[in-house]
Amino acid sequence: MNRHEKAKNFKQVNHSVTKIDALQLALGKDSYVADFVPNDALIIKMLWSPHAHARIKKLDVSKAEKMPGVKAVLWYGNVPRIAHCTAGQGFPEPSPYDTFMFDKKVRFVGDRVAAVAAETEEQALAALEVIKVEYELLKPVFTIDEAFAPGAPVIHDEAEAHVPIPIPYEPKKNLVAHVACEAGSFENGLKEADFKFDQTYETPYAQHCPIEPYTSMARIAPSGRIEITTSTQVPFHCRRIVAKTLDVPVQKIRVIKPRIGGGFGCKQEILLDDVTAMFALRTGRACLWQFNREETFRTGRTRHPFRIRLQAGVKKDGTITAINMEAINNTGAYGGHGLTVVSCAGSKVLPLYHCENIKFDGKSCYTNLPVCGAYRGFGATQAFFAMESLMDQMAEAIGMDPMKFRQMNHIREGEGSPIFAALGEGREGTPMTVGSNALAECIVQGAEAIRWQDRKDWRGKTGRYRRGIGMACLMQGSSIPDIDMGAASIKINDDGSFNLLVGATDLGTGSDTVLAQIAAEELETATDKMIVYSSDTDLTPFDVGAYASSTTYLSGEAVRKAAADAKRQILNTGAEMLGLPVEEVFCENSAVLSKKDEKQKVTYGDIAKYSLYQKNQYQIIGTASHITKKSPPPFAAHYAEIEVDTWTGFIKVLNYVSTIDCGTAVNPQLAEGQTEGGTLNGISYALTEEYLFDKDGKMQNASFADYHIYSMRDRPPLKIILVPSYEETGPFGAKSVSEVSINGAAPVFANALYNATGARVREFPLTPEKVLKAIKAVEKK
Amino acid sequence: MTKTTHTVNFTLNGEKKTFGTRPDEKLLTLLRREGYRGTKYGCGQGTCGACTVLVDGRATYACLLYAMQAEGRTVRTIESVGTFDKPGEFQKELVAAGAVQCGYCIPGMVMSATALMETEEVFEDEIVKEYMDGNLCRCTGYEKIWVALRKTLDRQASAPAKRAGKKSSSKGSKK
Repeated sequence: MNRHEKAKNFKQVNHSVTKIDALQLALGKDSYVADFVPNDALIIKMLWSPHAHARIKKLDVSKAEKMPGVKAVLWYGNVPRIAHCTAGQGFPEPSPYDTFMFDKKVRFVGDRVAAVAAETEEQALAALEVIKVEYELLKPVFTIDEAFAPGAPVIHDEAEAHVPIPIPYEPKKNLVAHVACEAGSFENGLKEADFKFDQTYETPYAQHCPIEPYTSMARIAPSGRIEITTSTQVPFHCRRIVAKTLDVPVQKIRVIKPRIGGGFGCKQEILLDDVTAMFALRTGRACLWQFNREETFRTGRTRHPFRIRLQAGVKKDGTITAINMEAINNTGAYGGHGLTVVSCAGSKVLPLYHCENIKFDGKSCYTNLPVCGAYRGFGATQAFFAMESLMDQMAEAIGMDPMKFRQMNHIREGEGSPIFAALGEGREGTPMTVGSNALAECIVQGAEAIRWQDRKDWRGKTGRYRRGIGMACLMQGSSIPDIDMGAASIKINDDGSFNLLVGATDLGTGSDTVLAQIAAEELETATDKMIVYSSDTDLTPFDVGAYASSTTYLSGEAVRKAAADAKRQILNTGAEMLGLPVEEVFCENSAVLSKKDEKQKVTYGDIAKYSLYQKNQYQIIGTASHITKKSPPPFAAHYAEIEVDTWTGFIKVLNYVSTIDCGTAVNPQLAEGQTEGGTLNGISYALTEEYLFDKDGKMQNASFADYHIYSMRDRPPLKIILVPSYEETGPFGAKSVSEVSINGAAPVFANALYNATGARVREFPLTPEKVLKAIKAVEKK
Repeated sequence: MTKTTHTVNFTLNGEKKTFGTRPDEKLLTLLRREGYRGTKYGCGQGTCGACTVLVDGRATYACLLYAMQAEGRTVRTIESVGTFDKPGEFQKELVAAGAVQCGYCIPGMVMSATALMETEEVFEDEIVKEYMDGNLCRCTGYEKIWVALRKTLDRQASAPAKRAGKKSSSKGSKK
């Protein structure tokens, strides 16, 4: 039997179990940070910088401190000055320590100046009005070229700015990171090519737009400890970074993550919690800080805009002889994730196709624009736009069908890539061969669904509306090998139910349900016997958090191991109760049974009561940690059929097909949901989403009225196809599902537009304006 | 906590209520302060729909309406729709379809759908989209929400008509 056939025999995994918190959320029960705020909490409001780059000459908060209702004001004059990084990454972070709770310098429109905590929002806002600030305006830097120009204004001229690990960082040159590698010889490879290419692609600023804005509440517990309830993907990193920033011991802080109203990467950031915690310390009161939507856009994290130069050579027979990717991201005013995002542009993209001569050069630069961070896809999204656009161009040059060209060149099961070993996150990568890989099947099934065989070269057509079909192949990873760690514990209760405690962070994905299914499968019980709690730094074991597509693969395996540990104890106690050697019993359907006589059995409830109350008492509790040695890529092939209005440049999506190989889908319904959501987010990003700035670096479209994300009306016909494979290193064959689907739409539409009109766009979003311009340019030729 | 200077009277989830408020307080703030926290804050700009409630049967953004504008009117929140023991029909279908990811938009979606179901008799796709267009979701791609809604509506449409005096229009859609 095929390995993935194994998954058909699972009883809990590979079943669409109902998401365990779905009804609670649909009923509107208290679930999110703001639902737990006492009515007498102080309200925090921030005075934001109106300037992109300025030094604060004078800051006078004395009037504000005396305003009605004001309990405390924070500014650089009364808080610790400790350089840190807001990115919620492992420790020490591969990102610069270039941020202070408050600073004398502001580096983008929306940077912190001073904060007020008052009895009411109105009082806090009124107090902000009377804070006096004198700025010395500095010349701002808005583009990659301006940032790297000789003599450019230095954005981080403070002495403290440094990275905690030995990686290139030159703030005096606005250089946040530089990473380079080469496998084989790009120069030699290019010499073998029949066709050579050199193209440059640009991608826009964009945002995650979770419907729940950033929200954090802190208070002082009766024990005197700081208790932070926050909308975070990284509770443990939050605890560590807040402790550092406030200069208090980690022991003094508890971070609670309730239900989260979406994150997509933006909540992998410690953006509010230092301030809420500091106000709680200063006032002794519960303090709430919730961003409004405008603040979420201006100050919240964003997707890195990239400029990517891609050079390649291809032989007439379809062999790709050389690839060189030069990727530069603009990380905005602070450098968290700058290095790792540019690294992933290479490491999650370049291994997809066979090539013996690959070169990569990635840089990250500071500018005086909004701060970029982690966003679903994490650099791969931007680089796949370049790679998959060029794949179509190469196929055309050699006269090969673009699907066949991809089929010929894509990585297969059992194969490695020199890139896996060369590119890690702040250090060398981990050598790896691909285990599970159903990309070939994804390509075939997707092509059938879009009717690829009917696709023709439609560029010669005339008429207002033109049809086009495009495709792209994609991959991502599952966790960061040798860096990420997840842990879980599981204990039995009187009635045979279990408490599953995980540091893993369900931010709305359904990972609590997925982890419960994994535990139940291992324990031979039902998923609804699991009471899942995630996550709380006082109660749950450590986990790095929800990022890098790691929860199912990494935390899931920790859960499986913890469940196996508990199961071993259950078997021992069950055998003792049955008076049998442990070798002669087995678990099935929440009971321990004799192998010889299945009528001889004790239920988990019996075993729990026996072990807790009756004899040789002890707590049956399993615990385990897990790190990974691999980051198995999920694969995907995306296809779209579009209709271009050549009069207006409007692209209508007629059909979109999104296939995915995520290994075993632990919960097929939730895996589909992840794929649907990621795909539509990608479509929206490719067609409409971008930050627009004025000449002073201020975002002009900071609302959903002006920054359009897709609504139910905009949703095009979308078909999702889960193509099974079995990843031997993952829990019950699973690998990741959450990120890869967002990578497809931009290159798919660019390729479809070319197929329809001959217009090749190398930047998106593909707004009507941009598309029309590209079509006109073709017509002129 | 906001000091109140005025009172406002309205029917909330079937009960006549009097609340202290201020002229500048939004209905959303009042509702959440009074414990009706199923109604969510998403944007405060009338653009995301997380705060959708029904005012005299029409889906309304509670973040835009001043609390005092509710005077004498009938307001319904998500708390009136279902309970663990007896969830609403659409809520049941949302759960069954796997349409609830982060769930933050869902109460608003449910309220817009309630307005739709109580106002219209014919649930053509275009009418449904008209009602639901003001509720943004970033997690699901709307696919499973759509499936759940379509199921609920189709069942309601095929049920014998119990409702009298309802006319088909898009008047109940969001203001």
